[in-house]
Amino acid sequence: MNSPKLNPAQATILPSQVVKDDESALVGAAKSGDIQAFETLVSRYERKIFRLTQNITQNREDAEDAMQEAFLKAYEHLGDFQGNSRFYTWLVRIAVNQALMKLRRRRNNMVSLDQEVDTGEDTMPREVEDWGPSPEERYQQSELGGILSKVIGDLDPPFRIVFQLRDIEQLSTEETAEALGLSVPAVKSRLLRARLKLRQSLNHYFRRGVTT
Amino acid sequence: MKCKDIVRELADYLDEDLDPDLRVSIEQHLAKCKDCRLVVDTTKQTIQIYCNSEPAPLPPETRSKLHDALTKRLHHRT
Repeated sequence: MNSPKLNPAQATILPSQVVKDDESALVGAAKSGDIQAFETLVSRYERKIFRLTQNITQNREDAEDAMQEAFLKAYEHLGDFQGNSRFYTWLVRIAVNQALMKLRRRRNNMVSLDQEVDTGEDTMPREVEDWGPSPEERYQQSELGGILSKVIGDLDPPFRIVFQLRDIEQLSTEETAEALGLSVPAVKSRLLRARLKLRQSLNHYFRRGVTT
Repeated sequence: MKCKDIVRELADYLDEDLDPDLRVSIEQHLAKCKDCRLVVDTTKQTIQIYCNSEPAPLPPETRSKLHDALTKRLHHRT
């Protein structure tokens, strides 16, 4: 397996070695029964895990339940965590499983991630326009967050979940494939389509000439 | 190299996961094709915006529910 590879755009926000070491120390303490250490890990990651479960389920109640179950499962199975990956990556995989169960239940098991999907790979994107000033400068943070959340929520689950894991949670292509039971080529083709669909949707908000 | 070839290679190009010869061919095409250049640039921005976005704080009632459940379960085990 190739080593995890992040895209260059992600490199600037990689957690520092200090955070990793701190995370390892907290996990070690939690494994030894230090509840406070585990609660510190929960407080550190609860926002990201809730965004993850919210983006997958698109339902607040399911997202809350999936997040809660993910943290409880993580605590119960802490002894199984071998430290071969970051704790956060391990936690993400648990949360994804919980969120997918909720999504499938609500959609009467109609969501199958390993089904063939048309990724339309040879299609040249429409609406090719310059975005002008950076979206972060044009919108307030909460407004921008609302736009990003709405646009990703409009993606079909097979695309939305791959993008969430690969580009937001920064799992490698191989880790994403393993977490979702997909092949690496399937992850790559879905990721491409997800990125292009999001780009097209964001174009309506960010293209030059659009005023806020 | 044609525009549709750029689209096919776009994900690997953005992830810098291409062999050097193919990368050079893509960059030669991008230098002369404005549409493809805009697609590449705005797709790159799309990834960056999502990647850099901070998750919103948990709604207070969601956070209370989570921490109440954890406290109940965690302290019950000790």
